[in-house]
Amino acid sequence: MAVHGSAMEAAGRYDRTRALNAFKFSDTAFYWTTRVSAILVLVLLGGIIVSLIVGAWPAIMEFGSAFLTTQRWAPSADPPVLGALSPLYGTILTSVIAMTIAIPVGIGIAIFLTELCPLWARRPIGMAVELLAGIPSIIYGMWGFFVLGPFLANTVQPFFIDLFAGVPILGSIFGGPPSYLSLFNASLILAIMVLPFITAISRDVFATVPPVLKEAAYGVGCTTWEVVRHVVLPYTRVGVIGGVMLALGRALGETMAVTFIIGNSFRISPSIFAPGTTISAAIASEFAESDGLHQSSLMLLGLLLFVLTFVVLAAARLMLLRLEKKAGK
Amino acid sequence: MSFIKAIVAAGLVAASASAFSLPARAADITGAGATFPFPVYSKWADAYKKETGNSVNYQSIGSGAGIKQILAKTVTFGATDAPLKADKLDKDGLLQWPMVMGAIVPVVNVEGVTPGELVLSGELLGDIYLGKVTRWDDPAIAKLNPKLKLPSAPIAVVHRSDGSGTSFNFTNYLSKVNAEWKSKVGEGTAVEWPAGVGAKGNEGVSGNVGQTKNSIGYVEYAYAKQNKLTYAALINKAGKIVQPTVASFQAAAGNADWAHAPGYYVILTDQPGEASWPITAATFILMHKEPIDKTASAEAIKFFKWSFEKGGKMAEDLDYIPMPDQVLKQIEKTWTSEIKS
Repeated sequence: MAVHGSAMEAAGRYDRTRALNAFKFSDTAFYWTTRVSAILVLVLLGGIIVSLIVGAWPAIMEFGSAFLTTQRWAPSADPPVLGALSPLYGTILTSVIAMTIAIPVGIGIAIFLTELCPLWARRPIGMAVELLAGIPSIIYGMWGFFVLGPFLANTVQPFFIDLFAGVPILGSIFGGPPSYLSLFNASLILAIMVLPFITAISRDVFATVPPVLKEAAYGVGCTTWEVVRHVVLPYTRVGVIGGVMLALGRALGETMAVTFIIGNSFRISPSIFAPGTTISAAIASEFAESDGLHQSSLMLLGLLLFVLTFVVLAAARLMLLRLEKKAGK
Repeated sequence: MSFIKAIVAAGLVAASASAFSLPARAADITGAGATFPFPVYSKWADAYKKETGNSVNYQSIGSGAGIKQILAKTVTFGATDAPLKADKLDKDGLLQWPMVMGAIVPVVNVEGVTPGELVLSGELLGDIYLGKVTRWDDPAIAKLNPKLKLPSAPIAVVHRSDGSGTSFNFTNYLSKVNAEWKSKVGEGTAVEWPAGVGAKGNEGVSGNVGQTKNSIGYVEYAYAKQNKLTYAALINKAGKIVQPTVASFQAAAGNADWAHAPGYYVILTDQPGEASWPITAATFILMHKEPIDKTASAEAIKFFKWSFEKGGKMAEDLDYIPMPDQVLKQIEKTWTSEIKS
């Protein structure tokens, strides 16, 4: 500013338009640089979608909508029979179980950290949560394989299997035999992996609640639970849902850790202790060695995952819009 | 601090030394493909570089990917465990020959069973992988192993999750010895596994079997040996119980009829002979008959020739089986007659 100011003074008042034009130029340049950057995102996204569709086209032509309802995955059969049902089922089921565990725990940690935790413990716990986000996914996979898997198979799963034996529905959901590599193991690892996303974002948005609101609530005799339930959560709803969606996106697409521990089996079993597969695990396992229709089907799986993520995010947006309308904003 | 400095200094010295000591060299040879022969190829490349100064860069990305890379002409040679048929070779102007042989062994993790103690037949192995025989105390297993006390526990079946030449040879064997396997599943680098869990790579399967009680899997022999896994003995085509040893692998390899196979298309599973190990496999090299980069191609042939002449011992150290001498002569003839330089 100072430079421009002195330049204008030196030029005299009749050069005012020229000086303004110089501003105008830099302004336009700035406008276009940012605009191009923003458009670049759309172009990239479009490019990815187009290349996925092009790659998947032979499989779309061959299988059509049957791809979504076929459970068989037989790339070496003649002709090959390929269907997405099993990886779709695995993707959705593991994500749902992971979110069921991670949402309450993640928000719980965030509430504890912002509302209840003694000051000296906040930093260590907060940092531990952030470190959890920094661990590479392959490390989670190895840990799931060598530590969590055996523990689940030898201790947790036999307990559940005994507990629910003979009960209809639950009996088959928790049916045996226990396995190191299972949908349940993968779901649990996913829950741990997405936990920091939910916690860190929730904690940050909880911290934005104006103290005066909380103090007012405490002032009229609210308990901590009531303050959290009726002041903090409604105030930060949008942010918390954003964090949950980010976590869900990660859970749907997580590849390496899941490939390690899900068992990579294309059979759908009623039991969550049975091995299964997800879209990303199937692609990661088979892409390098695939060709022709097999590869095209894997591309189609990728496209499905893209669509699935898109639908989930769009649904979240809609839900938020509705909530905001209800709140009268 | 001085420790870190010392490491940095040592690194710099090593880097500069290697930069200066490199002789003026010919084109770099690049190859890609099968993971099954990776240990022996990398050992050969290492020794070859020490001796000649020429480097061979081999990436073990899987047989199917190796075929794709050589078709796309991005590498000097491709490598595959599932050989291409002669008409396919002709169509793409490719040349194929076997480089080295190895064996696939069933591995198990059953308490109290020592290596080589458990006896399985090909048909039984097929039934286990079909999910028909599901428990270790199944009468069909007990019949072959009257002296073994096997646990009353479900069998945890482990197979490859990625497409693989090892799976191709394993499923090819099961198709030959188990009719139901042939009709229901068939052979291929990636098949529709009727039972079990999938693990990635030979190392994934050996890790999984090592980790899981009462499990069964199949790996390249070197992986079973390195991971000290319990392998099973098999009943071969002649009806004899054979142990996986270099001698039994060689017996199977010796029975193969390389001379009369167009494009060296020979699959070594279920070979005749009293001492033959039934799941033996060769791994193949693919090159263009009319290469774009003729220097690199000639260099690669030099490397393969060197490996055939001097690499036999190194291969045996890693439990691979070198190609027999008469086959080598035939392959060398193929090189001179078919590759244009």
